[in-house]
Amino acid sequence: MIGLYVPGRSLVHRAPAVVKLGMLAAAVVTITLLREPWQLAVAAAAIAALFAVARVPPRAAARQIVPVLWLLAVAVPVQAFFGGWTAAVMMGGRVAASVALAALFTLTTQVSAVLDACVTLLAPFRRWVDADRVGLVLALTIRCVPLTADIVREVLEARRARGAQGSIMALAVPVIVRSLQSADELGDALIARGFDD
Amino acid sequence: MSVIEFSGVTHAYGEREVLRGIDLVLTEHRIGIVGANGSGKSTLARMVNGLVKPDRGTVSVDGLDVARNGREVRRQVGFVFTNPDSQIVMPTVAEDVAFTLRRRGLSKADVAARVADALERFGLAAHADHPAHRLSGGQKQLLALAAVLVAEPSLVVADEPTTLLDARNARRISELLDALPQQVIVVTHQLELLEGFDRVVVIEAGEVVADGSPDTALGIYRSLIA
Ligand SMILES: Nc1ncnc2c1ncn2[C@@H]1O[C@H](COP(=O)(O)OP(=O)(O)OP(=O)(O)O)[C@@H](O)[C@H]1O
Ligand SMILES: [Mg+2]
Repeated sequence: MIGLYVPGRSLVHRAPAVVKLGMLAAAVVTITLLREPWQLAVAAAAIAALFAVARVPPRAAARQIVPVLWLLAVAVPVQAFFGGWTAAVMMGGRVAASVALAALFTLTTQVSAVLDACVTLLAPFRRWVDADRVGLVLALTIRCVPLTADIVREVLEARRARGAQGSIMALAVPVIVRSLQSADELGDALIARGFDD
Repeated sequence: MSVIEFSGVTHAYGEREVLRGIDLVLTEHRIGIVGANGSGKSTLARMVNGLVKPDRGTVSVDGLDVARNGREVRRQVGFVFTNPDSQIVMPTVAEDVAFTLRRRGLSKADVAARVADALERFGLAAHADHPAHRLSGGQKQLLALAAVLVAEPSLVVADEPTTLLDARNARRISELLDALPQQVIVVTHQLELLEGFDRVVVIEAGEVVADGSPDTALGIYRSLIA
């Protein structure tokens, strides 16, 4: 979701986020319950087909999925040692399939659509939670990732430009100060744009 | 044009008084505010939409007391900050513009049409689905302007909107502000931005020291900082 969205007009892109979220949940539960390797193979084929329908560029998909495969490259042999290869491969396959589906969701769904889905899903609870606010917090959290990354990069650059190496403190202090400043400014911008409660 | 009225406005941050007894009635189309660093310009500008409240005195827009009717006033006052990075709220360009229209009770189609329109106007249509934080500084400020103007405010307040931009982007933003049918208040250190403005107010140490046509007011300001 963090700027990962790949624009497109496919069926997968256009499906309502609530529906996709529901299907994602159902699919992940189903995958966890699969017992036979052939069932997992069918699931994998179906997921591959969905990626094809969505026309997600292979590079973008790989960037989401490959890191998990590295993890599994370690976890699966360990699991095999304790529980045998079949169980280990099933476990690895289930994790990989779930991650791939989640990646497909993030790659084809805009954050604002996810927010609207949140609002819809939380609607029955509106007496207790302000769905709009939950959505906003989610959006801001996502927004803070690149903002903080930028700050860290700038502070690192400034340090390098001054030839300073310094301790971790020398990095942490300006990053924290700048982050708080940004949060302050972002708060003002939110108020100015009509979110003042 | 709206009537923006400051009457007897004083503001202090802690012990430090940064605005003292400001009396101003602003009714012109294009108004510039200049003054040295720390003279109180940003504080003054932020009062117009209630981001800062006066300690004494009142600020009103079309008769509405900003301190009391902040939300109503902010619906007609758009604010452009110096640093576009801190005004981007949503991950992609189009989503960020659409964000301003949330809670306005518009239909999805209506929002989409207005957003497309605003992006077109500011030359950002090709970037609609791009991550907003990857835009250049100039494009980010264009996005900030688009996100403010999509709500069709009747007054736009801009606090040093071009300070972080190169000369070319600064000119672009300044031309866009100049072309607005809306009333604009621009705080700036780039005096050439104020050419053709209707009125310029010079602030010095929290007080209005000159006020009038750009020629007269900027003349006084130049001699002040010389
Ligand atoms: N949030 C704050 N807390 C404490 N002091 C502040 C705050 N904001 C501004 N000040 C102080 O108030 C004074 C006026 O600040 P203001 O930002 O209004 O000046 P300015 O005219 O906009 O300056 P510049 O040209 O540098 O932007 C400055 O001395 C500043 O240090
Ligand atoms: Mg300022």
